[in-house]
Amino acid sequence: MVKLSLRGIEKQFVGQDHKVTALSSISMDVDAGEFLILVGPSGCGKSTLLNIIAGLDRPDAGEVLMNGKPVTKPGPDRALVFQDGALFPWLNVRRNVEFGLHQKGVSKSEATDRAMHVLSQVGLSKFSENDLHTLSGGMRQRVAIARALAVEPEVLLMDEPFSALDALTREDLYVELQELWEGRGATIVFVTHNVREAVTLGNRVLLMASDPGRIQHEFNVDILRPRHIEDVDVARTAQQISTAMKHGCFPFVGDSADGQEQTVEVGELA
Amino acid sequence: MLKRIVFFAALVGIWALVAERRVWDPTLFPSPWRVAETLWSEIRDGSLIHATAISLRRVLMGYAISLLLGVPLGILLATKKSLEETVGSLVSGLQSLPSICWLPLALLWFGMNDKAILFVVVAGSLVSITVAVQDGVKNLPPAYVRAAQTMGTPVFRIYTDVLLPASLPSILTGAKLGWGYAWRALMSGELLFVSLGLGQMLMQGRDLADMSQVISVMIVIMALGLLTDRVIFGSLERHVRRKWGLAVS
Repeated sequence: MVKLSLRGIEKQFVGQDHKVTALSSISMDVDAGEFLILVGPSGCGKSTLLNIIAGLDRPDAGEVLMNGKPVTKPGPDRALVFQDGALFPWLNVRRNVEFGLHQKGVSKSEATDRAMHVLSQVGLSKFSENDLHTLSGGMRQRVAIARALAVEPEVLLMDEPFSALDALTREDLYVELQELWEGRGATIVFVTHNVREAVTLGNRVLLMASDPGRIQHEFNVDILRPRHIEDVDVARTAQQISTAMKHGCFPFVGDSADGQEQTVEVGELA
Repeated sequence: MLKRIVFFAALVGIWALVAERRVWDPTLFPSPWRVAETLWSEIRDGSLIHATAISLRRVLMGYAISLLLGVPLGILLATKKSLEETVGSLVSGLQSLPSICWLPLALLWFGMNDKAILFVVVAGSLVSITVAVQDGVKNLPPAYVRAAQTMGTPVFRIYTDVLLPASLPSILTGAKLGWGYAWRALMSGELLFVSLGLGQMLMQGRDLADMSQVISVMIVIMALGLLTDRVIFGSLERHVRRKWGLAVS
């Protein structure tokens, strides 16, 4: 079932002396329960595209459809996890997670119950009354994920949420995010510039290219979960995508180390 | 703390020594003991307490008005471009006008009464509070508002639930600055024309050629300023800094 559709999205930014085409005729569908990754070099417009899906930016042309209805403004059905978390330092951990629930008009006691439940899912029950500055970077990103999940979005949007974290913390969060995705049957659109991260997390990876920002290729990733960034299959698939990115050609079928066939389907999007 | 005590003790010591030596006429340069005596008698006969109460009431009223108007105005100026271009340029123009310059106008409008002094106090503190809050809100990370929007926050609650609490540190800075301006404006006003209050008591000391009264009132004004700055604003700032995890200065 198609949850989210993009139809002919165009976006231009006016630079000092010329126009920059940030996005050119982007069309894609996201199915319910899908873990979709947008990967590409910086400047390819992947974050802009995510902001357009979130409703924070407006496209110059084209439309975003959520369950068939056009998106015109931001809303909790498309909660976004920001790169730096964008948590509110004047609120403690629990109140940050409750914020969106209060905006939805959920009662105080129910908001607390739901916040505590989501915090337990990200392993932060013990820290619910902490101020943010007492948490590590990884814990803060977990709060950011909890805050987005608390409003029960139909699609969870994530904008390079782990890029500022150290490798070990990131590795933990890859596993946790995969568990959350499987456990909740969530639909996720995740933006990254890291190909390995893309392959570790996604079922489907859309490779974007810049100037103009566009979807260049699409890969399906069928490696068994939970995946780790150091897994041989992940590394190999990522390597193939990276190589292909450089050479601009994509003909391959890879085998895994144990002989099981791992097909990386390749197809150009219309 | 010890350093401070030694320093002030030394200062009083030098003062006492100079007064003792009669370098200047004692009526123009009273000894610290003479000033302390005057201070004590002013406290005992209630005149000092009365004057302080009146001055504090005036400054608090003006200051409260400035805060109530300045904080929302600062936030609006920072978020509405058309307001910033119009009202904002007026505000920054007014910033360069010392508040006491409003006095002739205030006197003509309101007469020689408390309303005129209130006007001067508000003119002194409102602008500085507005500008400090405006700067603070303009420097907020845009991600706060964007994050709130993605959680479905309606426009009005963006102001009350995000911009207002997010700008708390700059509101405090503005409040502190505004307090200083309000206090200064009040003192100039009281010195120049208004009856009652600390400023007038100061002027009275001059009229009676009673230097010890002048100095005792100056000490009280200074002590009140220090008290609000260190105790009230100091503890508020420490609280916010701790909560937000900013460096405690």
